[in-house]
Amino acid sequence: MTKLSDTTLPAGAPAAAAPSAGTAPALPHLSFVVVGHVDHGKSTLIGRLLFDTHSVEEGKAERIQAACKAEGMEFEYAFLMDALLEEQAQNITMDTTRVPFRTDRRAYTIIDAPGHKEFLKNMITGAASADAAVLLVDAKEGLREQTRRHGFLLSLLGLRQIVVAVNKMDLVNYDQKVFDAISAELREFLGRLGVPPTHIVPISAKLGYGLISRSEHLSWYKGPVLLEALEQFRSTPPAAGAPLRLTVQDVYRFDARRIVAGLVEAGSLSVGDRIEFFPGGKHSVIKTIEEWPARADGSTPKGPVGTGRSTAITLADELFIERGQIGGPPDDPPSVSYFFTARVFWLHADSLKVGELVPLRLGAQQGEGRIASIERTLDAVTLDASTGPATEVKRHEVAEVRIRMRRPLAFDAGGRLPALGRFVLMRGRRIAGGGVIDTALRDDTDGGGQSANRVALLGHRGTVIWMTGLSGSGKSTLALELEKRLLRAGVLAAVLDGDILRTGLSRNLGFTPEDRRENLRRAVELAMHLADAGVVVIAALISPFRADRATAAKRAADRGIPFAEVFVNAPLAECERRDPKQLYKRARAGEIPLFTGIDSPYEAPLAPDLELRTDQVSVGESVEKLADLALALARPPVPENGAGADI
Amino acid sequence: MSHLDELESNSIYLLREAYHAFERPAMLWSMGKDSNALLWLAKKAFCGNIPFPIVHIDTTYEFPEMLEFRSWARDHYGFDLVVWINEEARARGIGYETTDPVTVTHELKTVALQQTLAHHKYDALITGIRRDEDSTRAKERAFSPRTADFEWDYKDQPPEFWNHFTTEVGPGEHVRVQPLLDWTEMDIWRYLDQEKVPLPGMYFSRNGKRFRSIGCMPISKPVDSNATTIDDIIEELKVTRISERAGRAQDHHERNAMQKLRAKGFM
Repeated sequence: MTKLSDTTLPAGAPAAAAPSAGTAPALPHLSFVVVGHVDHGKSTLIGRLLFDTHSVEEGKAERIQAACKAEGMEFEYAFLMDALLEEQAQNITMDTTRVPFRTDRRAYTIIDAPGHKEFLKNMITGAASADAAVLLVDAKEGLREQTRRHGFLLSLLGLRQIVVAVNKMDLVNYDQKVFDAISAELREFLGRLGVPPTHIVPISAKLGYGLISRSEHLSWYKGPVLLEALEQFRSTPPAAGAPLRLTVQDVYRFDARRIVAGLVEAGSLSVGDRIEFFPGGKHSVIKTIEEWPARADGSTPKGPVGTGRSTAITLADELFIERGQIGGPPDDPPSVSYFFTARVFWLHADSLKVGELVPLRLGAQQGEGRIASIERTLDAVTLDASTGPATEVKRHEVAEVRIRMRRPLAFDAGGRLPALGRFVLMRGRRIAGGGVIDTALRDDTDGGGQSANRVALLGHRGTVIWMTGLSGSGKSTLALELEKRLLRAGVLAAVLDGDILRTGLSRNLGFTPEDRRENLRRAVELAMHLADAGVVVIAALISPFRADRATAAKRAADRGIPFAEVFVNAPLAECERRDPKQLYKRARAGEIPLFTGIDSPYEAPLAPDLELRTDQVSVGESVEKLADLALALARPPVPENGAGADI
Repeated sequence: MSHLDELESNSIYLLREAYHAFERPAMLWSMGKDSNALLWLAKKAFCGNIPFPIVHIDTTYEFPEMLEFRSWARDHYGFDLVVWINEEARARGIGYETTDPVTVTHELKTVALQQTLAHHKYDALITGIRRDEDSTRAKERAFSPRTADFEWDYKDQPPEFWNHFTTEVGPGEHVRVQPLLDWTEMDIWRYLDQEKVPLPGMYFSRNGKRFRSIGCMPISKPVDSNATTIDDIIEELKVTRISERAGRAQDHHERNAMQKLRAKGFM
């Protein structure tokens, strides 16, 4: 054990890391969590970092040293961190601690997360707010239960900036072979979780080797020391180009106005922006951004108010907005759904049980969700999955579940906008678990606009078959044949194609990009309405842009309407040869500007549900494939074990 | 977004959550620098309004200059000021003249606070404590429940992540809402400077001395300093390694005094 008296203040620390007066930090603030198995040296590492960067207040180390002497304990750097009497007595850290320290390059907050299994909630509390993580492994012990568990939770919490410190190298004679073996195992394990470490650094926290300066004992190591590795990390960057997501915390009426107060979780907002509130769909225009104190020059803020900012706005229309709703752009809304799959972790002693109705909070939304099924549970240590569905998620387990809300929930699934896909589960007054939404699910029992009565009446449910492809690829031909085929099979089907739209609903529109977008918007709305009414809609539209087709798919998913994208594929030359309406000829002659395939791009589907090469396959064969697809969606098999029946 | 912007937005988020979640929240205010930053943030969070009472626990050992500032600020900001004194303890003769500072702090601050809560039935107390002030405060949650006996169960704190907090309490219990937890002393000064927040003059050097932390008169000692502006103070903090509360006698009366005070309900 190093005695404090061996190290004088401040000569014990290299000058490079000393705070230098006068220079502002060159890098933005970074918070990082230190995790790892109990006794692998977390508190020692942090104590040493504080000590060596001169971040410990004058006299504190000496005071603790005197106290240790009084109680007959050896001084440890860990005591600089372990503040509570019990912690020093038992030599363990009991709760998450946050400590600021700074170097001449950067201000940091260290989050110390205890390693004991029973303190997992504290580790999650700490790690969930960190920009980066240091995973500590004892060189003598290698990977242990909590090393694996913590690595797994870091990946689940969405932390992607991880540096591994292999500690206590002094106890293995600074042996490179030991380090290499542990490194290989860690790379394999973390790689499998999708969180490969940025660096793996050999250190001795107790002796201060490899933290902020190199050691001759570790001369074989050529990579960055720990502090250098941390300097390479970024503060969590806001997602570039993300759509607005405003979490509504409250609506204030201090005077006659209604002020909508909330947090910009993604994107940005400005005065004049159109904004729609989900769930619900009421929309308006942002009239003012409220600010106190008023500006000296009498001007008022116009925005943009960026990601991460708390803000307050008024709207052009008097809308009834509620806490919990999410404001977003009408053309890029969040999902709104009753039913979704999620990965959850559970922290409460009482297991989470299948069929249980559990309070759920996402952003400022509060609702109740029933655990419809537990698809599988994961052992966070081995990453082994249970063989099949389970009936409960025990404390400290992770599981894939399906949750059915009593009221619709607005969210962004699948990590698109992480803050909008995370929720907590409550048990009584306490947060008992957390989760990440993977996908919104279709649901024909209580989810979308489809009533069970209509499904019973028709014997099938409304569905959208979205056929996309170049002009002349054969969409309308196949659509009309499919319609006949489905009607023969007793399925109410209807074609929606360009001709139908352009001669009726969209008669007032031309072919400018704006008009084409509007035409497509009307097509999507009509398709949704017909499908809600139980019709199998066969939309045959060029719809050249992926984003537009994705919007259609999402609108359907939000309403619980089955949707399939079909790529009607024929080479441009073949389409131009067919040219049934002489459109290519006119486009080539310059009579039709921005014609898809000629002077406007066609974005082919990346993963269509069905692709039909109409230049290679006959119409009859194509129609059979289409019919199989449409019937499978419109007449799904009965859900197993009644999972869909708990309205 | 700058680090100060980030801290400001997070604090405003917490203030709005607290105002929504609790029926009878109140904000504690000592007229000190952190308290004034907190007041400023509340004005921002609620667009110039302060929709809950501001409570000052008056130990009767306040600096006269701080009491002047109290009256000035109440009129300047326009809030509902609640002042509470533990008259019963004062009547018993509890005071720095007769009693040790830990006991005085307990009686005139913690017990006084309990009396205020019992009288006004507050279910949440918004405070200006920061993690970097003291190592036990470093372990705090943003929403930290207290039992009816004012106890802080630091061995079994509720989890808190992804902007979700403990927002419900049982009868007699309350939650300490701590919007400044993530701020450092340096952040506070930079923010006060950026926002031009009005402050008591005692923080600035007079005759080579200034107060870094202001509590009761008999136990708050000024430090040697020539800092007459916030810029000067920031430069001073960059090189100091003396803790902020070093001038507060009650913290250092015995080993772990702060932990004992806090477990009994001190801020």
